[in-house]
Amino acid sequence: MKYDIIVVGGGHAGIEASHIAAFKGHKTLLITMNIKNIGDMPCNPSIGGTAKGIIVREVDALGGIMGRVADISHFQIKMLNNSKGPAVRSLRAQADKTTYPKNMLKALENTPNLSILEGTVEDLILEKNKVKGVVLQDGQKILADAVILTTGTYLKANILIGSENTPSGPHGEKRSNYLSDNLKKYGFTIQRLKTGTPQRIKASSIDFSKMQPEYGDNTYWTFSFDNPPTYKINEQQKCYLIYTNENTHKIILDNLDKSAMYGGYVTGIGPRYCPSIEDKLVRFKDKERHQLFLEPESLYYDEWYLQGFSTSMPRDIQEKMVHSLSGLENAVISKYAYAIEYDAIDPLQIYPSLETKVIENLYTAGQINGTSGYEEAAGQGLMAGINASLKLEGKDPLILKRNDAYIGVLIDDLVTKGTQEPYRMLTSRAEFRLILRHDNADLRLREYAHQVGSITEKQYQNYQNRQKNIQLGEEYLKETKLKITPEIKEIFENNQKEVPNITESLYNLLKRPEITMDFLEKIIPIPIDDQTKEELEIQIKYEGYIKKTYKEVEKMKKLEEKMIPKDMNYQNVKNLASEARQKLEKIRPISLGQAARISGVNPSDIAILSVYLKKEYNKNE
Amino acid sequence: MNTTIAAISTNNLGIGAINIIRVSGPEAVDIVSKIFSNKKFSQAPSHTIHYGFITTEKEKIDEVLVMLMRAPKTYTKEDVVEINCHGGSITANKILELLYDNGAVPAEPGEFTKRAFLNGRINLLEAESIEDLLEAKNENARKMAMNGLSGKTTTLIQELREKMVELLANIEVNIDYPEYIDELQITKENISPVLKEIKNKLTKIVEESQNGQFIKNGITIAIIGRPNVGKSSLLNALLEEDKAIVTDISGTTRDIVEGEILYKGINLKFIDTAGIRETNDIVEKIGVQKSLAMKQKADITILVLNNNEPLTQEEKELLKSIENQKAIIFINKIDLEPKLETLATSKKIIKGSTLTKNGIEELKQEIINIFSLEDMSYKDLTYLSNTRQISLAKQALQNIDHVIEENKKDIPVDMLAIELREAWENLGQIIGEAYEDELVDNIFKRFCLGK
Repeated sequence: MKYDIIVVGGGHAGIEASHIAAFKGHKTLLITMNIKNIGDMPCNPSIGGTAKGIIVREVDALGGIMGRVADISHFQIKMLNNSKGPAVRSLRAQADKTTYPKNMLKALENTPNLSILEGTVEDLILEKNKVKGVVLQDGQKILADAVILTTGTYLKANILIGSENTPSGPHGEKRSNYLSDNLKKYGFTIQRLKTGTPQRIKASSIDFSKMQPEYGDNTYWTFSFDNPPTYKINEQQKCYLIYTNENTHKIILDNLDKSAMYGGYVTGIGPRYCPSIEDKLVRFKDKERHQLFLEPESLYYDEWYLQGFSTSMPRDIQEKMVHSLSGLENAVISKYAYAIEYDAIDPLQIYPSLETKVIENLYTAGQINGTSGYEEAAGQGLMAGINASLKLEGKDPLILKRNDAYIGVLIDDLVTKGTQEPYRMLTSRAEFRLILRHDNADLRLREYAHQVGSITEKQYQNYQNRQKNIQLGEEYLKETKLKITPEIKEIFENNQKEVPNITESLYNLLKRPEITMDFLEKIIPIPIDDQTKEELEIQIKYEGYIKKTYKEVEKMKKLEEKMIPKDMNYQNVKNLASEARQKLEKIRPISLGQAARISGVNPSDIAILSVYLKKEYNKNE
Repeated sequence: MNTTIAAISTNNLGIGAINIIRVSGPEAVDIVSKIFSNKKFSQAPSHTIHYGFITTEKEKIDEVLVMLMRAPKTYTKEDVVEINCHGGSITANKILELLYDNGAVPAEPGEFTKRAFLNGRINLLEAESIEDLLEAKNENARKMAMNGLSGKTTTLIQELREKMVELLANIEVNIDYPEYIDELQITKENISPVLKEIKNKLTKIVEESQNGQFIKNGITIAIIGRPNVGKSSLLNALLEEDKAIVTDISGTTRDIVEGEILYKGINLKFIDTAGIRETNDIVEKIGVQKSLAMKQKADITILVLNNNEPLTQEEKELLKSIENQKAIIFINKIDLEPKLETLATSKKIIKGSTLTKNGIEELKQEIINIFSLEDMSYKDLTYLSNTRQISLAKQALQNIDHVIEENKKDIPVDMLAIELREAWENLGQIIGEAYEDELVDNIFKRFCLGK
């Protein structure tokens, strides 16, 4: 049996990797331990969120399927940060944990060139540092030209509840026992990471009347750029907000030594953005209460997810903790919170294409690279799938830059800085976030997608149409002048807005911070569709800030465009600081820009390197 | 950098009792040994001083002290030898010639510093600066990167950055964790007092730093006024010498005349300009244009008026033109009958006479006062010490000003954060402490979030 590409793991990274490779015409095999768990959401029941929602849009723009499937599998969706500025708006959907994996499996089964196999991969077949296939637990060998590892938290996973430590994958699934050892043998540095998930509560045991409901938006949204919404606004489900109290805090602090974390039973490094509740109490002693959210997991079973209450306390203490919460006095815990430890590789050992430096044609994506989150995984999986395909096609990889996409920021951070904790995307990590917006993901990325053949002709047309609409819309706003009649003057005054001079184009009016598209529509009809309006309003209103960001991008590009040859020998560069030399040799940055972002490489090292490159490689310039 | 370079490191006019010739590079010791009479020198331990003569086969050139500093603890991190010879350019040039004959090559302007930089001795904070450095013509531009900061300044900047990062981290948390409504929500209203406080502190640092520059570099003072009000006499009185041509004929000074004095430890550089009036005389016209240009370049202007004559139209305009800059008005000839009207000005007026030297001392003192230099030269100097640092602080101040301006409009907090972050990064560059994940680290240090 021989495939072009084998993807190991059917999580959010593996799905995108296998789907895009097959879409691009490569004979692809997805190997998963359990077909039923394809697209499983072992933690929070949502897709998107701040920054993450933008990644989902990017995945969609590049031909991925996370957004499309989330659109038909959720029961609540909202736009976060609507009031905080256009750059940080992001969608979050409460995805149904039953329908999402089902729809995902359907999507994969309908993908030509893609086969799915149940099995556990425990070793690779290598030939001179080049991957040739995989070996399953039962010894079966399957050959392929490229392999993508998307093993999630399954490598030597241990589940921790209090002092109990059970070798197991997430919610009782099998784990992989030997793959990480074999990777280590081949030269990978293996690190131990930790993450956790909170309790699940039986809906019938919750007193919702004591809780504050949280609703979905009254506007229709989709992640996908190509499909219309299929849900109904008024059929959205509620989530609820509750708080910890004095009693909860006392229970936790009294039993601190019983938690896996504080009892010293955990060796992995947990993420700072996902602290356990005991961690929160210890670190923020003065906080009187902590926010928690109750979110339904599915319409088809009655478990609710208690966001914010992640803990490694033993079961009996968890019972007490949960029962101390208002509305959960009689709650039945259907699943206890647990921490999970797993093996990951050091992402400094992979190239920006996500191909590993250790083994050729081997790619890695998702939690194995040290990230956290469904969306982060999907973004990497997609890129690994695209790049493995491109490699087999004999083409250059698609490497998104920090000014192209959050996915670019994510991968650049990983392969340049490494990570000591599971890496979560944050808007604050993206220095150019103003141009990496939710609304313009297609405008940023569809051209690339078209070039590498990861989207359909139809998807490309949608993008071209949108561009045309934006152009027409802009012309319309420039040509349409608003004449200030006494009636219109009154509308401005009644809304406490400065009255413009006699006539002014809508375009110029929109430049003023207090004049919105919505406001103008009260006065004059604007025959432009909503998406285009949103895009234009942002482009017009924040033109100055956007320009400023582009200027910063240009600055970065200067260094980014100075490529470092692959065969660069850092031993020949005199006067580099020894720490910098070591890091450069290990990371082997592709450009001076990437080199400059490596911690421990100082500007003077970059200067020396720049002078050296000029001298050695551009002698004729 | 395999060559050994040599140059005269003291000023090249050869003025002064001694000259220092610096040699740097792998062969520095060998080359000097060849022309130095002291035979123990080449084997001597690092950082020692040696007495002897610079000689050729035929003659002794000079009696010298030679400092031996072996790599890496030297200015360039290479072997460095410094020859202290006698003053005068002839001796020094002769020695330099000998060094060149024996294998050293002439140092390009700034090459010692360039080597110091490339060898990692100086840690330039911006990679881009390398380009400037390689092209920079003057030594000052290169020294910029090396001047250290006083501990006090660093603390001040750190405190400011701390304030900013607190605000930034809060904004970021609001953005990245919008559902955490218990955390303080940054709004237009609650951000404004913090911004103001940052602005005030930063303004003070910038101002004091600029004044600090005056202590270091001196103050340039342009003397302006209508012809024949006594500008040149004032210059002479200030300099206590007859430098400018003083006559009763208007327009005598057609070119710029200048002179320097040291007053209370501060270098005051006075520039006498041609009188300013409407003129058709071409030579004088050029002089007048130069004067106006000088006024722009100077740090402060002294406008001289005549007590004995009413204001002319040109003088009224000059008065107006100095309103928005640092300036002092000197009313000359108070020994004569007063015919000058009361002046509508916010500037300090000093009355005196260049003839009797009345008011001259007061004038000098006022210059110092305007820059608050007297206080500063006594207290611990807390200013930024080079142009790069000051310009970064100024940029940060501009950023903050703009944030305050934008905050008054309905600009979302996210946008404000962009520029606030820029200000914070600019300050970070001054103290060289910015690291990339500083903000993210701060978010998690300060806020309690997550599932």
